[in-house]
Amino acid sequence: MSADATLSFEEAMEKYDPVLGFEVHVELNTKTKMFSSAPNVFGDEPNTNVNEVDLGMPGVLPVVNKTAIESSIKIGLALNCKIAESCRFARKNYFYPDTPKNFQTSQYDEPIAYDGYLDIELSDGTIFRVEIERAHMEEDAGKLTHMGGATGRIQGADFSLVDYNRAGVPLVEIVTKPIQGAGSRAPELAKAYVAAVREIVKNLGVSDAKMERGNVRCDANVSLRPHGRERFGIRSETKNVNSLRAVEHAVHYEIRRHAAVLDSGEPVVQETRHWHEDTRTTTSGRAKSDADDYRYFPEPDLVPVVPSREWVEELRATLPEPPAARRKRLQADWGYSDLEFRDVVNAGVMDEIQETIAAGASASVARKWWMGEIVGRAKNADVDPGQLGVQPATIVELAKLVEDGKINNKMATEVLDGVLAGEGTPAEIVEKRGLAVVSDDGPLLEAIDAALAAQPDVADKIRGGKVQAIGAIVGGVMKATRGQADAGRVRELILAKLGVEG
Amino acid sequence: MAAINRDDVAHLARLAHIEMSAEELDRMAGELAVIVESVKSVSEAAGDDVPATSHPIPLSNVFREDVVGHTFTADQALSGAPDSDENRFKVPAILDEA
Repeated sequence: MSADATLSFEEAMEKYDPVLGFEVHVELNTKTKMFSSAPNVFGDEPNTNVNEVDLGMPGVLPVVNKTAIESSIKIGLALNCKIAESCRFARKNYFYPDTPKNFQTSQYDEPIAYDGYLDIELSDGTIFRVEIERAHMEEDAGKLTHMGGATGRIQGADFSLVDYNRAGVPLVEIVTKPIQGAGSRAPELAKAYVAAVREIVKNLGVSDAKMERGNVRCDANVSLRPHGRERFGIRSETKNVNSLRAVEHAVHYEIRRHAAVLDSGEPVVQETRHWHEDTRTTTSGRAKSDADDYRYFPEPDLVPVVPSREWVEELRATLPEPPAARRKRLQADWGYSDLEFRDVVNAGVMDEIQETIAAGASASVARKWWMGEIVGRAKNADVDPGQLGVQPATIVELAKLVEDGKINNKMATEVLDGVLAGEGTPAEIVEKRGLAVVSDDGPLLEAIDAALAAQPDVADKIRGGKVQAIGAIVGGVMKATRGQADAGRVRELILAKLGVEG
Repeated sequence: MAAINRDDVAHLARLAHIEMSAEELDRMAGELAVIVESVKSVSEAAGDDVPATSHPIPLSNVFREDVVGHTFTADQALSGAPDSDENRFKVPAILDEA
């Protein structure tokens, strides 16, 4: 497969104006599936979380999960949507082994939520409004594993194995209106939008929101048009871009690829693209064809969902503080500057800092540890900071050890490394590695005597009033104690010993 | 609704993965046209005061509490499968090499 031609991002931006669109699928964390009472659990043995409804056996009847409806309404409200007075499910008919029924139960012309918006904050604080077309309910499909062939991918596979544990898991699909005017910030906006949706559903408690588990999945639509032209270009749809970084990269790549296609005078092919994380490129999936005639019709086995306005208002009253308002409140509570707070948000450690403060650390201590120590280590390990394994209690304990003068800051970072290496709690590591600051004056006085004896000329200078020469003696003591002395205390003791006023 | 013609039937047959001969297409186009006509008479019976419905009984909000019920074992789930492997349904390769 030859690589597609691309332009540089800068050149693409010079010539074209990108238009984006996103379909984000959110898996709800209900206990059971959308239409069956089988458990909605990730990672169990294949085909054990299924019953006759999930397997599409003849004569079975689906029944709607009330909690899934409530979660869907909450998502709609959090996205500033209108909630339908009445809506129905529909059958989306297609043949593919991921659905044993040969249709997916979805919603077609009557989504439960529609006409919303989300204000997205970019890294420099710019607010960009993304309009939401609709959020509709549907069920997830089974998981196919393609076996044989060269790549383990769908093309060239010898056969596929199907696990229906995921079939019937409740999904809410959130569809944006075309997003115009993002310009060169399109890739950043893409990432920020998906991050915002993830934050909302996590905050609502309606989804586990783990992208690595497919709880939040993004299909990214990209098209380009020459600057100044109203009509949209032909779009591609990059499927299952399943990390925030990948969303940004996929949009970046597709803009560059489209630009090269348009520059060559060819039309863009309207098609599905597959994202490849390893090469950060997309490859052609399949072109839209008449096989995409899904022949939607109202699901005859389910009756309409008619959320009363009272019910909707009850659910609205349970909504947590919106993420943007929460950020404002936290920044004020913590007393961070705009820049400090934005760095915290961009580093993705706001929740962690909140937990650390709740565990008893001060706001400045929490920020110092997360931003100063943990973010960098997470970057080196190529994981999210929250995934590194640092518990809020660890930071509180480290900060306390420093505050009590048991260890100094330099030792504390060593202790943190020990915690991450699984050597135990901070106190245990201090003990094991012998890191405690020497605070007993006895050994210090011995070391001071030795240092003064070793540098008699310096001792004379200090006695003569040149107090600034004390650094050499303090240095000698620190060296002798392998950095475990409290330098301030050492200075005091030296001055006292020599009878000089500091 | 427009009459069902032979091309419609061929299109539907392809979507439904049903192989049909030329004679079958001709015959089915005629039969489906009759069925569509017959169903149409229902629309004529309903006046303007009868709203469209997708369900014969005027019910709404039939819900189930989110409580875990019964499941199959993998063996039970796979008992009707033509082929299986590693506790999963085994299906033929779906797309040819692109």
